[in-house]
Amino acid sequence: MPSERRLCKKLSSTLTNPAPLGASEKGQLGVYIHWPFCLSKCPYCDFNSHVREGIDEAAWRAAYVRSVEHYAQRLPGRQVRSIFFGGGTPSLMSPETAEAIISEIQKNWQVSNDVEITLEANPTSVEIEKFRAFQMAGVNRVSIGVQALNDTDLKFLGREHSAKEAIQAIETARKVFDRYSFDLIYARPEQSLSAWEDELARAQDLADSHLSLYQLTIERNTPFYMSHEQGLFSIPEEGLAADFYTLTQEVMEGYGLPAYEVSNHARAGEESRHNMIYWTYGDYVGIGPGAHGRITIDGRKYPTREHQAPDIWLDRAGKDGTAAKAEASLSHYDRFMEALMMGLRLRAGVRWEDLDRAAGHGESAQVFLDHAKLQTVQDQGWALCDDDGIALTQEGRLRLNALLPYILKEA
Amino acid sequence: MSHTLEHIRNFAIIAHIDHGKSTLADRLIQTCGGLEEREMTEQVLDNTDIERERGITIKAQTVRLEYTAKDGITYQLNLMDTPGHVDFSYEVSRSLASCEGSILVVDATQGVEAQTLANVYMAIENDHEIVPAINKIDLPSADVDFAKQQIEEVIGLDASGAVPCSGKTGAGIHDLLEAICTTLPPPKEGDRNAPTKALLVDSWYDIYLGVVVLVRVVDGTLRKGQRIKFMSNGKMREIDRVGMFTPKHVLLDELGPGEMGFITASIKDISETNVGDTITDEKRPCAEKLPGFKPSIPMVFCSFYPADAGDFEKLRESLGKVRLNDASLHYEMESSQALGLGFRCGFLGLLHMEIIQERLSREFDLDLIPTAPSVVYKINMTNGEQIELYNPVDLPDVVKIKTIEEPWIRATILVPDEYLGGLLKLCQDRRGVQEQLTYVGSGSNARAMLVYRLPLNEVVFDFYDRLKSLSKGYASFDYELDGYGENDLVKLEIRVNEEPVDALAMIVHRDSAETRGRGMCERLKDLIPRQMFKIAIQAAIGGKIIARENVSALRKDVTAKCYGGDVSRKKKLLEKQKKGKAKMRQYGNVEIPQSAFIAALKMGDE
Ligand SMILES: Nc1nc2c(ncn2[C@@H]2O[C@H](COP(=O)(O)OP(=O)(O)OP(=O)(O)O)[C@@H](O)[C@H]2O)c(=O)[nH]1
Ligand SMILES: C[S@@+](CC[C@H](N)C(=O)[O-])C[C@H]1O[C@@H](n2cnc3c(N)ncnc32)[C@H](O)[C@@H]1O
Ligand code: SF4
Ligand SMILES: [Mg+2]
Repeated sequence: MPSERRLCKKLSSTLTNPAPLGASEKGQLGVYIHWPFCLSKCPYCDFNSHVREGIDEAAWRAAYVRSVEHYAQRLPGRQVRSIFFGGGTPSLMSPETAEAIISEIQKNWQVSNDVEITLEANPTSVEIEKFRAFQMAGVNRVSIGVQALNDTDLKFLGREHSAKEAIQAIETARKVFDRYSFDLIYARPEQSLSAWEDELARAQDLADSHLSLYQLTIERNTPFYMSHEQGLFSIPEEGLAADFYTLTQEVMEGYGLPAYEVSNHARAGEESRHNMIYWTYGDYVGIGPGAHGRITIDGRKYPTREHQAPDIWLDRAGKDGTAAKAEASLSHYDRFMEALMMGLRLRAGVRWEDLDRAAGHGESAQVFLDHAKLQTVQDQGWALCDDDGIALTQEGRLRLNALLPYILKEA
Repeated sequence: MSHTLEHIRNFAIIAHIDHGKSTLADRLIQTCGGLEEREMTEQVLDNTDIERERGITIKAQTVRLEYTAKDGITYQLNLMDTPGHVDFSYEVSRSLASCEGSILVVDATQGVEAQTLANVYMAIENDHEIVPAINKIDLPSADVDFAKQQIEEVIGLDASGAVPCSGKTGAGIHDLLEAICTTLPPPKEGDRNAPTKALLVDSWYDIYLGVVVLVRVVDGTLRKGQRIKFMSNGKMREIDRVGMFTPKHVLLDELGPGEMGFITASIKDISETNVGDTITDEKRPCAEKLPGFKPSIPMVFCSFYPADAGDFEKLRESLGKVRLNDASLHYEMESSQALGLGFRCGFLGLLHMEIIQERLSREFDLDLIPTAPSVVYKINMTNGEQIELYNPVDLPDVVKIKTIEEPWIRATILVPDEYLGGLLKLCQDRRGVQEQLTYVGSGSNARAMLVYRLPLNEVVFDFYDRLKSLSKGYASFDYELDGYGENDLVKLEIRVNEEPVDALAMIVHRDSAETRGRGMCERLKDLIPRQMFKIAIQAAIGGKIIARENVSALRKDVTAKCYGGDVSRKKKLLEKQKKGKAKMRQYGNVEIPQSAFIAALKMGDE
């Protein structure tokens, strides 16, 4: 295990790797495309996803294309480093739609040679059959929602596929795409640490060089929330949840797939470039119902948020290219807070100079931090700081939500 | 409009709470034509929002009526409607001291209750003639004979002249008016030509009239333009208005002996007008002051802190304004480590405290944090000094203390037999000493009458609520202060991460210290949100820890998924947490939200 102390010293070298902060300055951009439909709604999921029949795909395609054009007009001269089809279940869209969107992006922006184009896919047979066509359309990476490697748990999670199908999807992805990743949800009800350890062993056999491992979260406004409140099932309490997390870190480290972010594991250099844009507070455009973006124009950072409702978005974006309300630019403090909040999720942490740049007010952004508190969290072994930047230790990341407000000063 | 003394009747309407005093006053006003039909509302004299909403009288009100009796004579009636709740018995005592007769209202469905007793005894002490009125006879469960019997047996008052009536339907109102004229006495002889001598009954601030002074003239007259002197402080003023309430204010030329009414005199500072003071003529003063009233003594104390520290000045101003028409409110600035700057306030009782708090929040839009109610202790120091302790935080070092005395009350409780057991236990648990247990009434109407001495401190929390719930609302309760008594009292301190939380300090009996301390620790444990650090909560007496709880440290609190679409939402959450920090108090390396202390205080003492 590399020493955490060294990690901090190495901040600069680690961070220059994928999409460093300030990608926007250099005109770099990520494009997120949200497809809001699924075959069925999973009981734990609070994403903007809907079950719908008779989708007029031609109209949707046109709206996405129109929307790409709209954002390209607002952000001329940028270079696109990554495209991400998320959802919902974007693997349900026809490969032609994906192709139309990708080529519209290529038409409107310069696209880098090593562009990463990811598609979220559900591992049902229908979708697996389309993998090749998506690859032809330009997709070069898939992220498969496997969630669990046994049928009992898949059933509990309300998934429409079996473990066998999931494995097939992985096998196919391995053949078809340059890179693939898959998601697992753990700390499920009744799950034991040892069962999870075994599942991780099987997962690493199936994995390429990237894995997302999420602890099951009970989100409000989901069927799970209700049944959990009613006591129909329980999830590991905090202490056990912490053990699950720690175990996951150790096991994956041993497999050479260390966590580079709270829930994401990769071999060096195989991080998701798209997601790294988020965590390093780069610019990204959000297209589709409920999609969010962060775009820098004339030194100001603007948040964008498309209308959530699929029909309204389709209607407005089809005409105007967007269904977002105009938003005020973010304050320096907001920008700092967002950059720190995202940056501290990364094992490599975040460099002071990048935080300063993110805040964008031409001074040291450290004024926003409470230095006595910062010292306390270092003394506790939760954070490491040096002249270059700040990174959290594994124990620190485990407490991130409490640690952030603790070290931040008033606005 | 001048009435000879013979034809004036000054009287108070007294009763247990809710027996219908104000409703009866409505009918009297209406029958005498003081207000027209369209001007009447229910309990027209309860004119503040809080009185109207709660359906109780807080402030005594005086109204002048004219009634032509069967003997053909037109009488001037000065009616004083009084509050029934025990907290405001000071208002009753003042009213009683300003007049000569009382109507004792007894609810025909309830009979005599604890405050019926307390108030009627007060009337008797003031040498009042008393007309019992058996009210609410319109109700199906009304039992006039039973009520009469109780008046005779429990109070020992002749009920043969009692008037059955209904404030609701107006039945019996003429009989009551006749009884007022024939049974109640006129004012005692006053000399119209003697130097002016008038009792300052009450004063308040009115937005139209300014400071209004309610008076009862004994000798001489009060007229517009007259220069008067307040004898307690020597302040001199010129009367600019003389008048009466009908209940509308009506100007008069003068007020003569035996009459009640108001004056205004361009008074800017209400503190010049001390209730119970004697008003006399500046040039021709009277020789002697009237005996006046006993001063009101605050019994219950608590501190108010603004929830938003920026509201401190506003709180100061607002308290000043509230005091303008509530002289029983006392306050003094103080500062607390846990809650910031605030005021230590003294009240007549718990309801009074609640009402002041409500007025502050409604009339002045203040969000307040009240600390636990407490009483005034007397600390006898080893050097012979005696200190009055208004706030438990200020308790001197224990080694310098010889003894601590606490205030006691003498409580009278009337309760149906079936609930007696529960109430005896309650009194016992609250360190009560039984003085008397007798039965009043007979047969199925028999009720136990309990007299207990109790430490006031044990009563200020939730005694009244407990009493009501244990007796399904049937018990009634009244109390009066009954001196101080030494006791084994200790200061219970609550500490968070070794640091005392001043706002939570309390003085308790040693025997209940552990239970109370444990209760508070357990409550705080549930109220303080878990943090990255372990939080130790302790209850201590002196240096000795008697209870402890820990809020364990958070081991894990991290959002599993945070991508481009989550930034705004997560940031909002973070902002909310940050905002909350403004109301955080630092204890060691942990920050405790003020709201936890507030909630701990609110939950009182279960
Ligand atoms: N049925 C009936 N109800 C009455 C009568 N008199 C009063 N009430 C009701 O009894 C309740 C209390 O009446 P109030 O006149 O406010 O009693 P109070 O004695 O002035 O009360 P406090 O000032 O709070 O001590 C109200 O709900 C009245 O409507 C009556 O003669 N008959
Ligand atoms: C946008 S979602 C879904 C992508 C795709 N539709 C699927 O279900 O496979 C991305 C991932 O978030 C994870 N996820 C969603 N809801 C979750 C929850 N409540 N707790 C933990 N992980 C969750 C799942 O692993 C899911 O694959
Ligand atoms: S988890 Fe995936 S498939 Fe399930 S409802 Fe959410 S977006 Fe759709
Ligand atoms: Mg009343």
